[in-house]
Amino acid sequence: MDFINHQLFIKDINVHIDPILPKKTAIITHGHADHARFGHDHVIATRQTIDIMKIRYGDKCAKKFTPLRYGQKYSIKNYDFTLYPAGHILGSAQVLIENDDHRLVITGDYKVGKDETCKNFKLVKCDTLITEATFGLPIFQHPDPTDEIQKLIRSVKINKNNCHIVGAYALGKAQRVMNLLRQQKYNETIYIHGSLEKLCQYYSKEKINIGKFEKVSSKDRSFYEGKIIIAPPSALKDRWSRRFPNPIICMASGWMTVKQRAKQQGIELPLVISDHSDWNELLDTIKKSKAKNILITHGQEDALVYFCKKQNLVSKPLSIQGRSDEEIE
Amino acid sequence: MKKFSSLLHNLILTPSRNTKIKLLQDYFKILDVNRSYALAILSDQLSFQFIKASKLRELVYEQVDQHLFDYSYDYVGDLAETISLIWPIKKEGKSQNLSTLIENIRKIKKSEINTEFSKILSGLSNNERWTLIKICTGGLRIGVSERLVKTALADLYNKSINEIEEIWHGLEFPYENLFQWLKNETSKPKIDFKKLFHPMMLANPIDEEKDFKRLDANEFQAEYKWDGIRVQLMVSSKSVSLYSRTGDNISSTFPEIIETTKGDAVIDGELLVGRNFKPSGFNDLQQRLNRKKAPKDLQKKFPVFIRAYDILFYKGKDLRKLYLFERRKYLEKFQKENKRNQIDLSSIINFSTWKELTKYKNNFHDDLNEGVMIKLKNSEYLPGRKRGYWYKWKKNPKLVDAILMYAQRGHGKRSSYYSDFTFGVWNKNELVPIGKAYSGYTDKELLVLDKFIRNNTINKFGPVREIKKEIILEVAFDDVFPSTRHKSGVAMRFPRINRIRWDKPINEVLTIEEFKNEFKIN
Repeated sequence: MDFINHQLFIKDINVHIDPILPKKTAIITHGHADHARFGHDHVIATRQTIDIMKIRYGDKCAKKFTPLRYGQKYSIKNYDFTLYPAGHILGSAQVLIENDDHRLVITGDYKVGKDETCKNFKLVKCDTLITEATFGLPIFQHPDPTDEIQKLIRSVKINKNNCHIVGAYALGKAQRVMNLLRQQKYNETIYIHGSLEKLCQYYSKEKINIGKFEKVSSKDRSFYEGKIIIAPPSALKDRWSRRFPNPIICMASGWMTVKQRAKQQGIELPLVISDHSDWNELLDTIKKSKAKNILITHGQEDALVYFCKKQNLVSKPLSIQGRSDEEIE
Repeated sequence: MKKFSSLLHNLILTPSRNTKIKLLQDYFKILDVNRSYALAILSDQLSFQFIKASKLRELVYEQVDQHLFDYSYDYVGDLAETISLIWPIKKEGKSQNLSTLIENIRKIKKSEINTEFSKILSGLSNNERWTLIKICTGGLRIGVSERLVKTALADLYNKSINEIEEIWHGLEFPYENLFQWLKNETSKPKIDFKKLFHPMMLANPIDEEKDFKRLDANEFQAEYKWDGIRVQLMVSSKSVSLYSRTGDNISSTFPEIIETTKGDAVIDGELLVGRNFKPSGFNDLQQRLNRKKAPKDLQKKFPVFIRAYDILFYKGKDLRKLYLFERRKYLEKFQKENKRNQIDLSSIINFSTWKELTKYKNNFHDDLNEGVMIKLKNSEYLPGRKRGYWYKWKKNPKLVDAILMYAQRGHGKRSSYYSDFTFGVWNKNELVPIGKAYSGYTDKELLVLDKFIRNNTINKFGPVREIKKEIILEVAFDDVFPSTRHKSGVAMRFPRINRIRWDKPINEVLTIEEFKNEFKIN
């Protein structure tokens, strides 16, 4: 596994995984902005990830694109690359890299739980596992998202004169919240912030059930009473949110587990809906992967490194430059 | 328990005062069985003998790896919330009644506390667990003051908040007489006012720009603000008792006051350490605080006295409706009649303009006062912090520039941010820490510091991060004392971050010797 460095760079063949700066060849795990960037020569990713990059950055955001199906092998010299579903958002993938006899998996961001908006996570056995650790502390034990979405639906029923503004990342989380609402038979039109429109249209086109949605417009204030509006978290604090009648500020995120975090951000109705694995799922994945060598990145590494060492696994944190904890999608 | 825990959950997440009042009212409207406990909890008057923070840690270490717990606690910054989330056994049972649950916990024998209390924790939902732990450790910190609870009750039952305030300290669990009176089923509870602690009148900080333009100096009098502890002394021929600002009886801590005081009055004043009515500083007073009893040698070494500000009752007569200048006459009379008491009077500063008062406020020769109090001569004695009557005007703090050395995540509303800062000055080529501060900065400055710390950590010691020595903090503090406990030999009183000195290079920071000279230590 010495072939890859702490920047997820394979020098031998000049290939990067999720690089921050423009590179020659970049394998992209998924479309979130801290993984998918503008300006690479050659992007290798799932078809959906490539579509999403084009929606966000334009058709010419890379010189060349190679779409891969899940499970389809792609070789560069003596390295074989295969993408597997990561269950994080639409198009998200883990990367299996095989070289000689060594199997290395980079999970990218992943979740094990069920999600109708993307292909579910597939466990891949390997020798070395590079896992994310966004929620790598035992306090994070995600509840059933159905219960969480019910809280929103109940609050909408009780507070008829308020509108509910739900903060959710524009890509993935927003559409998952919409889909969860539909699963619970919430059939009203869902109103969305303008920045979500293209991505929602794309999800619909990909036959993900997010139901009827409409961009928020300058209608009469009272029109939005009793409605659900979905907006990116940055818009919650913005003047944008003040135009609505008695808004109840909600947020769909794994961080909402901690009340003090919700309070700091001025969230009145926290919804613990996460697109990352929780503590138990991280441990379970590490165990089932059968990997002997665990590298941990992206978040709360300390506790997970400690746990792995206790299990006699070789483990260390991998600090990838340009990513600070707690700011990731 | 389910209803009460969701009340607390909603209260902590609601920024609006009116919504909080509404939530409280909705709760008190329906729940008759649990209202007594709810009121006791919300006003922080319920305590459990055996279940303290240390006991809870012990329980959680039986269930969870200690390191994993410590990592989590460091991240969350709140003990109750960390335990409630990390607790591994979740076989949520039928939700119990709040009052039944508390009574069951009270029945647990000390020897069985570990197994029995763990069993209870396992049977609750996350939110209920959080609530129960908050109840046990006291101090809910959910942004609800005792005053807000009283306001909610007063509004709900069309009573005035002052009526509730007046009888509040005479009420006892389960507050049946209060609830009956609120619902107009009985008359107002009879309280023996002589035995009762009377809520104190407090001051608001003055806003130099706005208030001095608005207020007429002639209508106010000023006194020094002494750096001791505010007390209420109740004297009668039968008994003498001493109360702290929050209404705790601290008589046994200061027996010499109890034994020597004569007269018949209720006095408001400042308790100070010193001989012949010469105060000797807060550091000395600290030797006498937080003790149940005071041995004779301690009484000799650190004798205490009371500097009286005000008088509430004189020979059974309630003076609180009189004006301050009228009450003062009674106070002087009381003092003259009882010359042997360890009580002197707070002197009144004469001034005719606000500008003139400034020199008294910043009187740096006398380090023992913290500034001045400005009181409306025509002020009744009103409980709480009413606007427009009493103001405090603190002297300018002392300032020192120091280098940021270590940082730790904060607690409560600052949890997750690196907001606890240790700073130091030079000792030859090294830095020596002189203090720690976790307030004073603006929200914006905190974000900048937090980001700098995350990107410039050079070492980690558990939760503590050592930071690249680049940032200079201007630290404001009230005072500094010699200390044998700290490596630097100094201990600061109330240090806080005044601003970040982006302009100053680190080699211009003082050495510890220069610092000690400047502030006259040893």
